[in-house]
Amino acid sequence: MTFSPELEQRFAKMLAAYPEGKQRSAVVPMLIYAQDEVGAITPELIDEVAGRCGVEPLQVDEVVGYYSMLHRKPLGKYHVQVCTNISCMLVGGEELYEHAKKKLGIGHKQVTADGEFSLEEVECMGACSWAPAVEINYDFHHFVTPEQLDKLIDGLRKKQ
Amino acid sequence: MTMLYNEPSPLETRILSRRFGMPNSASLDTYLATDGFKAFRKAREMKPEAIIEEVKISALRGRGGAGFPTGLKWSFVPRTSPKPKYIIVNADESEPGTCKDRLLMEYDPHQMIEGILIASLAVDAHAGYVYIRGEYRYLIETMNRAIGEAYTKGYLGKNIAGTGWNFDLHTHSGAGAYECGEETALLDSLEGKRGVPRMKPPFPAVAGAWACPTLLNNVETYSAIPYIIREGGKAFADLGTPKNGGTRLVCISGHVNKPGVYELPLGYPMLKSIYEVAGGIPGDRKLKAVVPGGSSCPILKSSECDIPMDYDTLAKLGSMLGSGGMVVMDETTDMVRVALRIMRFYAHESCGWCIPCREGTAWLRKILQRMVEGNGRREDVALLKELSVNMLGRTFCALGDAAAMPTISIVDKFAADFEKYIVPEAVMANA
Repeated sequence: MTFSPELEQRFAKMLAAYPEGKQRSAVVPMLIYAQDEVGAITPELIDEVAGRCGVEPLQVDEVVGYYSMLHRKPLGKYHVQVCTNISCMLVGGEELYEHAKKKLGIGHKQVTADGEFSLEEVECMGACSWAPAVEINYDFHHFVTPEQLDKLIDGLRKKQ
Repeated sequence: MTMLYNEPSPLETRILSRRFGMPNSASLDTYLATDGFKAFRKAREMKPEAIIEEVKISALRGRGGAGFPTGLKWSFVPRTSPKPKYIIVNADESEPGTCKDRLLMEYDPHQMIEGILIASLAVDAHAGYVYIRGEYRYLIETMNRAIGEAYTKGYLGKNIAGTGWNFDLHTHSGAGAYECGEETALLDSLEGKRGVPRMKPPFPAVAGAWACPTLLNNVETYSAIPYIIREGGKAFADLGTPKNGGTRLVCISGHVNKPGVYELPLGYPMLKSIYEVAGGIPGDRKLKAVVPGGSSCPILKSSECDIPMDYDTLAKLGSMLGSGGMVVMDETTDMVRVALRIMRFYAHESCGWCIPCREGTAWLRKILQRMVEGNGRREDVALLKELSVNMLGRTFCALGDAAAMPTISIVDKFAADFEKYIVPEAVMANA
């Protein structure tokens, strides 16, 4: 299994970053970066990461369920994460999440039929003082109102 | 002018955040032009014991949440051990209410790098890792750029700043796990495993990353070090209150007109921070409750808020200064729903390793969920407290306490909020 030149370069640096014989440390960072390209943590990816890090495939497989950003099935091209934890909840985060469900027509961890969007109700993402907060893939959005969320989603839809 | 996420306040004491808002604040050139690396050069001429002593004098305490005296923590690392020593930066920032480490890495990464280097001098470490939560992907790239710039210009790697010191620094990505902010769970995650906490002792100082002596501190803690060495520990200490030195980045959120991250000295009056720094409560509504330092803290009711914000004052009140995540709640807030949301968080984030946390957080969530859905018994209020009290101090790590403590405080201080959820004919049906 090979990845893009950029990712291969990143992985080479990763493996060299840890003390000799401790390349198991690269497992989680490799999985989350590879997931962007492969789309999900597939059995093939698990075998590949295990081989590169010098561990058994089971030792990679057993961490996947623990880390909430790793997923075994593909998400949408745009993964919309809405925080409803306390700081966001106090300024309308829960209502924003309900609005997102209606706007996209899907629920928690579901994907739209065309594969373009997925939705997740997430825990605190570190934007409490600029709430309500939404992360789309890895991009942060602050002070998000339902109208602004609509604009963000419509804008991404236009890109297809 | 770099776009900040909120307007600064004229009431701030900007030490750690002095470069926020400067053009190219994150560049090494800007850093060097504003006293950058003077502290490292000074520390390079000091004995490690003297560096540690200066940090002790500063009364800096861990800014991640526990508030452990930093100088004391540094003194625990056996610098003469034949094993390699490691510096770890806890940039997992996931405590609800907290959004400050993000800013320090985004706007002033070199300040943190210099702090890490000074720490490495104190404990004879030559390698370090910045463990950054997976959601902060853009900050991993920011740190990589800053690290790359430092290497290129000779401020990392071999012969740093021509002083003969060697140190390598790397970033490491998390992948979504609050528990990985717990120092020993972070270490297990760093080693490629599930982030499950370890038995202490041994403490990370003695056996941490790959069983080697490890110094592990928060982003903001390292960021305070250059000032402490450059201006002296006493100067930092004097900014705060006795045994609570310096300033910290306070993240004010919730029912305030000007939510934001503001740098305030330790001991700053809490009510002043709410009403003057953060512009008061919208609609002039009454203050009901304050989460002083992240959701793991016992919540304060409004009558307890006329206090200076420092570690010792909050501890005497039975709460914590914690992570600096101050969440303000006005009279419209339903504290039962707040309790439910917090328990949903802890139940989700429990690593599952030990029974009192795994089962306890799940039951706290289920009981509160059942109450909010209209099936609350009068006995449930006492049950929430009993369950929480029995979790305290009995879980493998502090996550269990972090769920129990706010629950106990809400049951004790906001009993009236539960009344409307008590339904006489309710039964403990299948939750």
